[in-house]
Amino acid sequence: MRQLSFMEATLEALSEEMARDATIFVLGEGIGQRGGNFRTTVGLYDKYGPERLRDTPICERGFVGLACGAAMTGTRPVVDFMFLDFVLDALGEMINQIAKMQYMSSGRLKMPLLLRGCGGVGHAAATHHSTAGYPLFMHFPGFRVVVPSSPADAKGLLKTALRCDDPVLFLEHKSLLSLKGPVPDGEHLVPFGQARVVREGSSVTVVAVGIMVPRTLKAMESLAADGISVELIDPRTLAPLDIDTILASVRKTGRLLIADETFAPCGVGAEIAAQVMEGGFDDLDAPIRRLHGLHAPTPYSPPLEKAVVPDADAVARAIRDLHAE
Amino acid sequence: MTPATPPPLTLYRQMLRIRRCEEALVKAHGRGLIHGACHTYVGQEAVAVGVCAWLRRDDVVFSTHRGHGHALAKGVSCRELVAELFGRATGCSRGRGGSMHLFAPEVGLMGTSGIVGPCVLQAAGAGYSFKLLKSDRVGVAFFGDGAVNNGAFHEGLNMASIWKLPSLFVCENNQYATEVPFRYAAGNPSVASRGAAYAMPGIAVDGNDVFAVGEAAREATRRARSGEGPTLIECQTYRTRPHAEGMGDFTYRTREEVEEWKTRDPIRRWRERLVAEGTAQEAELTRVDAEVQDEVDDAVRFAEASAWPDPATACDHVYSV
Repeated sequence: MRQLSFMEATLEALSEEMARDATIFVLGEGIGQRGGNFRTTVGLYDKYGPERLRDTPICERGFVGLACGAAMTGTRPVVDFMFLDFVLDALGEMINQIAKMQYMSSGRLKMPLLLRGCGGVGHAAATHHSTAGYPLFMHFPGFRVVVPSSPADAKGLLKTALRCDDPVLFLEHKSLLSLKGPVPDGEHLVPFGQARVVREGSSVTVVAVGIMVPRTLKAMESLAADGISVELIDPRTLAPLDIDTILASVRKTGRLLIADETFAPCGVGAEIAAQVMEGGFDDLDAPIRRLHGLHAPTPYSPPLEKAVVPDADAVARAIRDLHAE
Repeated sequence: MTPATPPPLTLYRQMLRIRRCEEALVKAHGRGLIHGACHTYVGQEAVAVGVCAWLRRDDVVFSTHRGHGHALAKGVSCRELVAELFGRATGCSRGRGGSMHLFAPEVGLMGTSGIVGPCVLQAAGAGYSFKLLKSDRVGVAFFGDGAVNNGAFHEGLNMASIWKLPSLFVCENNQYATEVPFRYAAGNPSVASRGAAYAMPGIAVDGNDVFAVGEAAREATRRARSGEGPTLIECQTYRTRPHAEGMGDFTYRTREEVEEWKTRDPIRRWRERLVAEGTAQEAELTRVDAEVQDEVDDAVRFAEASAWPDPATACDHVYSV
């Protein structure tokens, strides 16, 4: 199969969907002729023109609110926010307006709006270019939350997002953007709410989110020799969350580790742990463990930055500890 | 296509319908039939009616917490409005919204809101859609003087200007943002003059004169439909009831001020003008008065008799599927 980078895969998805649906337009800073800070729209301006590749002033609240009004009136806006930190200025528009419109209109309005961009720690980007924050959007009703970890999933999930009538938050980890992987030719869609079993295994279940998937794969290289068989699950979408696939795996392994770079309190790990406790308590042979980023703003200096996120070694240690319990 | 010039008697009927509906809601609030907030539009009727007279059914309106008048002027029935405030399944938002969250997209009411500011951005967004879709529809935001000191106003008007969006920004300057005087809160107390900051026309009108509001809206919608871009309209008006029903009123303004504004009542003024100019006969107007009262009485009976929403539907429509 052909190999594409994560960035190439999402660009292909966006380009295909823009060709298919003339109501799609992109809003963001530098996404026009420049092609996007992360090359998210390279070449599209020449194909689709300035009305559909719309460079914005730096007014995140403004253009997210504008996108809300557009999504209610027959078009499908894509907000390319570059870094999640930036779009937090629009939190009121997202939570008070975008997430609630379908409900408040008793289903008579749709909200086909994609919010996409980077989140996650790395490259000494410091505290205003590193936030991932997706647990926040799992908490509020109304959003679909997508955190892909491979180029193929990134393409297939982005295409599904561009056909979904709900607001979608699509978070790309900046350390994954140049990751290469196989991407199927032709039409490739990945449905929301279906986890991917990345590796089958029998002794420990690891649910890893986004960047933690490749880190867990790396950790697993050192575990096989010790006879620890890991089943690795990538939920791919956190809302909706495919808890059934996770429960089925825990039934098999009896042990669950959740690995996620974002914060622990009220986080992905807490939510999955609670749901497994409710639906699979009798299957557990050991307490559920969580591995998260440290609960601190993201620091700049490389040794400090490295200290706040779990790396492959930390994942390996956590799996060994859980296996020994 | 531009709508036909609205008949003067229709404008009268629509303003009166808003007034009588609000009066009925005030009474119902006193009887405990309205369960949450109730922000009335009494005194400001000429703005909603004057602007909506120049809108088509497929044009869209985004409004505020004080949105009953916009809903009625855009085509929501009295029945659906009153039932919504009573929390019934027959309300325009099926009981999900109440006074501050009125939705009727089928007539172009895209929502009223409990948050000050977003409607400005959403009307710009509707303008963006219509431009992209090559439609001559128009997006309209109604907002108060409170919104113009909010960042959404700046960001929304700027984007509408640089992209020449078919949007109307209608400021109802009723002098108080909740209970904070605009003369205190605004560095520049002329809202209309702020249009210049975005290189768009800023028109100041007497918001208690339905004809004057209509003339401004006629030109603004013509501009929008013909691709000339957005317009800011400042309507000087006044709400003669408290911010919300049940709230005190004279800690921040005086009885004298309220009474003085009541002498500029937009409905009485329009009625007197119709009679004075011979546009309508007293008997005709009296007949309209009775018909509107019947319509409102019927709406209250309808709302009281309507079913409550089924609790089993509380999680319906969070997502599209």
